[in-house]
Amino acid sequence: MLEITNLNVHFGVIHAIKGISLTVNEGEIVTLIGANGAGKTTTLRTISGLKKPTSGTITFEGNDITNLDARQRVKIGISQVPEGRRVFSTMTVLENLELGAYLRRDKAGINKDYQMVFERFPILADRKKQMAGTLSGGEQQMLAMGRALMSRPKLLFLDEPSMGLAPLLVQEIFDIIKDINDKGTTILLVEQNASMALQIADRAYVMETGKITLSGTGKELIQSEEIKKAYLGG
Amino acid sequence: MKKSINGSTLKKFITLALTFAIVQVLVSTNIINDYIFSTLATICINIILATSLNLITGFTGQFSLGHAGFMSIGAYTCAIITLRNPTMLGFVIGALAGAMLAAFIGFFVGLPTLRLKGDYLAIATLGMSEIIRILFINLDSVTNGAAGLSGIPQFINWGWLFVFTAGTIILLNNFIKSSYGRACISLREDEIAAESMGINSTKYKVIAFVTGAFFAGIAGAVYSSYYYFLEPNLFNFQKSIDILVIVVLGGLGSLSGSVIAAILLALISTYLQSFPELRMVIYAILLIVIMLFRPQGIMGSKELSLTVFKKWTRGLRDKKNGGVA
Ligand SMILES: Nc1ncnc2c1ncn2[C@@H]1O[C@H](COP(=O)(O)OP(=O)(O)O)[C@@H](O)[C@H]1O
Ligand SMILES: [Mg+2]
Repeated sequence: MLEITNLNVHFGVIHAIKGISLTVNEGEIVTLIGANGAGKTTTLRTISGLKKPTSGTITFEGNDITNLDARQRVKIGISQVPEGRRVFSTMTVLENLELGAYLRRDKAGINKDYQMVFERFPILADRKKQMAGTLSGGEQQMLAMGRALMSRPKLLFLDEPSMGLAPLLVQEIFDIIKDINDKGTTILLVEQNASMALQIADRAYVMETGKITLSGTGKELIQSEEIKKAYLGG
Repeated sequence: MKKSINGSTLKKFITLALTFAIVQVLVSTNIINDYIFSTLATICINIILATSLNLITGFTGQFSLGHAGFMSIGAYTCAIITLRNPTMLGFVIGALAGAMLAAFIGFFVGLPTLRLKGDYLAIATLGMSEIIRILFINLDSVTNGAAGLSGIPQFINWGWLFVFTAGTIILLNNFIKSSYGRACISLREDEIAAESMGINSTKYKVIAFVTGAFFAGIAGAVYSSYYYFLEPNLFNFQKSIDILVIVVLGGLGSLSGSVIAAILLALISTYLQSFPELRMVIYAILLIVIMLFRPQGIMGSKELSLTVFKKWTRGLRDKKNGGVA
């Protein structure tokens, strides 16, 4: 579904992404793990069109999308839950969700999807009229996820959804991710919480200083000695 | 749902009509004399300037220092056209032409600078308004240079003031409530998040900036026709700062805040007119006090409405009850 080949990204002279290639197949949960500063966020932002690559190609459903802008990529079904949630804090929960559907014109479909989001995150239904900035961290994460779902993505990116959340909430968020995937959305998940991510992932890539150093199925990587040492605290 | 929307539109319409009629009666009976009327004109012009700058800076989060420049384009264009065609039609055409020219120049300054991330707009607009001012000083044959244009035909009465001011507020309010406005606010809130929703940030920043410039042009046209005299130095850097002060004081992201602040500042400066030295001191102290105790401005990003008022009084009542219990 998504195929990245030889992607290079620079910030000025900093070579942040050094020729990575990765694939996400339809229906999968693929996770990208790695230490802080490895280049995970930059990879996601490049795939979603917020950052221009210096070289390399990105194809989605067989079409080269390397030169499409962010807007066009949302339109063809790529959406993201950005690192740090980034909800619109002086807007209400409902207005945040509305903005998630910004490029859609099908009123009826949008209304149905509000219901879908509220069923998935009942707490958001209770807080519809509340300012997003006054929600708790976990609620904001759910809102960011709901907002991303409002564009009806085929492929959803999540950038460190467990960041700063209590363990119980982390479990809940991962259950929801699994469920979103079961309902048909392909997922590319970036995490520092490697053990949780590897448990729900079909496949995984490990990133270190701009390169992919290891890849395999989630089960393989959980067993790998290298991974245990570096990321699972074993 | 539908009924209550119609009800509130009706209420707004009645409020507007009443405001117009009451002031009209006061003007006709000369209770609002020429002196009071000039304060009224200042208030209206400042409301147009502040609400339109608020769209750019308060709602969209783009820092512009060029509002006086756009105002001067509107003022000079309208003055030059009305001087050649001193009719009501000439004035209306002049005002629209001035506003459109301001918008046009806003587009050419805004498009290249708003594409860049970072606060380039402030520098670009500051440079732009200085260039415009110097151009007006040196274009002797058209603008009469530093001496200025005088004897501009006067068409501004309460009717026109009202139409332009209420019109600006209504149009800006509709813009902000529209999906365009929502997009602009989302850019102020978090540009990266907005872009990842598929919102084209440059497009909406330029739209907000050009719209703001358009209304600054309108304010300039009203100014030129009311004060019938223009000189380039009226539109210096200080003027842009004055407008910004109204916006910040009223609250970034609140149209009603801008309206309240424009009225408040005009009243204060009129009242203190006879003490020019004191005026600047008191003005400065007032600003410092408000920024100390209410850094988000008088209204914050809230709008004045019946519901806010009700909530507020309910809050007070709850507090009182809580105190007793
Ligand atoms: N806006 C930026 N400007 C300059 N360098 C950046 C920027 N964003 C990220 N980087 C650099 O790119 C590298 C990868 O960062 P990032 O993608 O955020 O890593 P991760 O998400 O894996 O923690 C880091 O060295 C970081 O310093
Ligand atoms: Mg990151």
